[in-house]
Amino acid sequence: MPSGQTLFDKIWNRHLVANLGPGVDLLHVDRHLIHEGGGPAFRSLAKKGYTVRNPELTFATADHAVSTVPGRMDDTTERSLQWVPALRAGCAQAGIRFFDLNDAEQGIVHVIGPELGLTLPGLLLVCGDSHTCTHGALGALAWGIGSSELEHVLATQTIIQHRPKTMRITCDGALGRGVQPKDLILSIISTIGAAAGSGYAVEFAGAAIRALSMEGRMTLCNMAIELGAKFGQVAPDDTTLEYVAGRPFAPHGEVWDAAVVDWKMLASDAQATFDAEIPIDASLIAPQISWGTSPEHTVSIDGLVPDPAQAATDEARKSMQAALQYVDLQPGTRLEGLRIDRVFIGSCTNSRISDLRAAAGIVKGQRVAAHVTAWVVPGSQAVKRQAEAEGLDQVFRQAGVAWREPGCSLCVAWNGESVAPGERCVSTSNRNFVGRQGPQSRTHLASPAMAAAAAITGQITDARKL
Amino acid sequence: MEKFTTLTGIAAPLMLENVDTDVITPMELMVTYGFGRHVGRIAFAPLRYIKTEHDGPDFILHQPTENPEFVLNQEPFRQARILLAGTNFGCGSSREMAVWAIARMGYRCLIAPSFGQIFFNNCFKNGVLPIVLPRPVVEDFAELARSGGVEAQFTVDLNAGEIVSPAGEKIAFAVEPTRREALLEGLDEIGLTLQRESEIADFQQRDRQERPWVYAVARE
Ligand code: SF4
Repeated sequence: MPSGQTLFDKIWNRHLVANLGPGVDLLHVDRHLIHEGGGPAFRSLAKKGYTVRNPELTFATADHAVSTVPGRMDDTTERSLQWVPALRAGCAQAGIRFFDLNDAEQGIVHVIGPELGLTLPGLLLVCGDSHTCTHGALGALAWGIGSSELEHVLATQTIIQHRPKTMRITCDGALGRGVQPKDLILSIISTIGAAAGSGYAVEFAGAAIRALSMEGRMTLCNMAIELGAKFGQVAPDDTTLEYVAGRPFAPHGEVWDAAVVDWKMLASDAQATFDAEIPIDASLIAPQISWGTSPEHTVSIDGLVPDPAQAATDEARKSMQAALQYVDLQPGTRLEGLRIDRVFIGSCTNSRISDLRAAAGIVKGQRVAAHVTAWVVPGSQAVKRQAEAEGLDQVFRQAGVAWREPGCSLCVAWNGESVAPGERCVSTSNRNFVGRQGPQSRTHLASPAMAAAAAITGQITDARKL
Repeated sequence: MEKFTTLTGIAAPLMLENVDTDVITPMELMVTYGFGRHVGRIAFAPLRYIKTEHDGPDFILHQPTENPEFVLNQEPFRQARILLAGTNFGCGSSREMAVWAIARMGYRCLIAPSFGQIFFNNCFKNGVLPIVLPRPVVEDFAELARSGGVEAQFTVDLNAGEIVSPAGEKIAFAVEPTRREALLEGLDEIGLTLQRESEIADFQQRDRQERPWVYAVARE
């Protein structure tokens, strides 16, 4: 056995079907997840005369195009009607398990994968969605693919990949009181930049990561792509095993025991070397809020909108100027106290039960500011059931927060749900891109606690002060 | 897939950082117009058009008002088939439509200091050549493109792995060999991979013994 391998290398090498050239391999895909965007692939494949090779290894759900209004059906919106039946039909024909609109397992694809035990440590998992890096939180090798690749996976159960460089981001120290995993990842992105991980597979390590719950690790890995990295991973440990044990699709009995032995060997070896090493002191991080149109446009809650004149490059200056114009903010403005119109708590970044608990903890016994529309969109039916069992839905409803059905909702203006032009939304999602939440929408990325605090005060607020 | 061998033409300088796939192909517009015929019109919509009060949601289909400040709307760059872009071009989502839209606008070659990784991959699947060059080189190209007008012809030669700039300078670029070959030949990757069916079957057979939990997923 070669010593000094990284977690990434170990999983990659395990999946090698054939080497295709220097640095390019044909890899086996253990799990393939699809959402509505994968619907057209079935017809395209058939047209080319190909069939689905291993339908039992692909799982589908509806999340991107669905309505999240209570009582929603296929035809609640035109958008949903355009996409959901097509995916359902494609899956039925190919023999792929589809978690349908109101099934007990339905939810955002990156929430249900881990939740159902479809995502396991050491697996190679792909999905036609860039936030597939989320699944790396369990120690899987997971990344987002395009639609040509999606067809390739359906037809061959393999994928052609170029081996990336490796980067380790070591987060030492402990997160402070009221500082959430979302703050940690936003802070990392703003510190090293939205392109810093381009060409790399990132492993998050260090005491602050080991201390995170699985859900916190998912929030972190979810946004690896916002660092430019297709892959984000955390080595499996006892927290991982505890999380996976007993999940519906997870192995059990003797197979579980064998799997655990296998998974315990996945962690990067002590002698492993990475192409880049980045140290982060987690104890210095405050709650974060984004101000612009890239996740790297983020500052601490006591921060000011930066001045493009201070930008390092001409290119960066122009991008900052364009961003400021779009979000209608002046350099030097304090973010704390900025009036907002909308709050969205949801998305594959922050729609899990711990996220909803954090938000509920802030809104309990309070009222949403009169001028604010606030939504909570649970990430899955299972999260919704759990939250309702804990009475969180009541906490939100009594505060005047809308409690909705699982889906991507306001994270992406695909499903007919959007933030109106000019409105300012504090959002727990992962992208503040131009038009992401709807044409001319202005997004401020934040943690669930920060989003909940903004809902109550009607302005950007340090959640620690409530 | 359309082959790519050499390309000569002017280059449009779109030197902004982090131009993401939501700017290249806004989801709202894509799902309204579909990914087919109109996808080229959608490209860069937030930068490219000015939406007036009279415009309905389908304004892009009805001669939308162009933003004259946007470089891709200006002559001679409307004729460009090469796009010079800033750092992290195409970051964001995995949507392959972003590449389709750019290809539909007529661009076959993109040159930037770095690209969003999924977007980069998607380019190769659609006969579009993305080239990574150091930022100062791309900035030089942008300057040559701006000052040279229609005279500023670039030649991109994939076979030789070389760009000839309007100044006559030759700049080498690297493309990973399998991708290069796929582009030069316009290969069907699925067909090629299926020629390895026995290797895939062997892998699975062996792997089923070693990692049974991967395959035992048929819970009802
Ligand atoms: S919640 Fe948002 S980021 Fe996540 S899968 Fe859905 S659209 Fe993509």
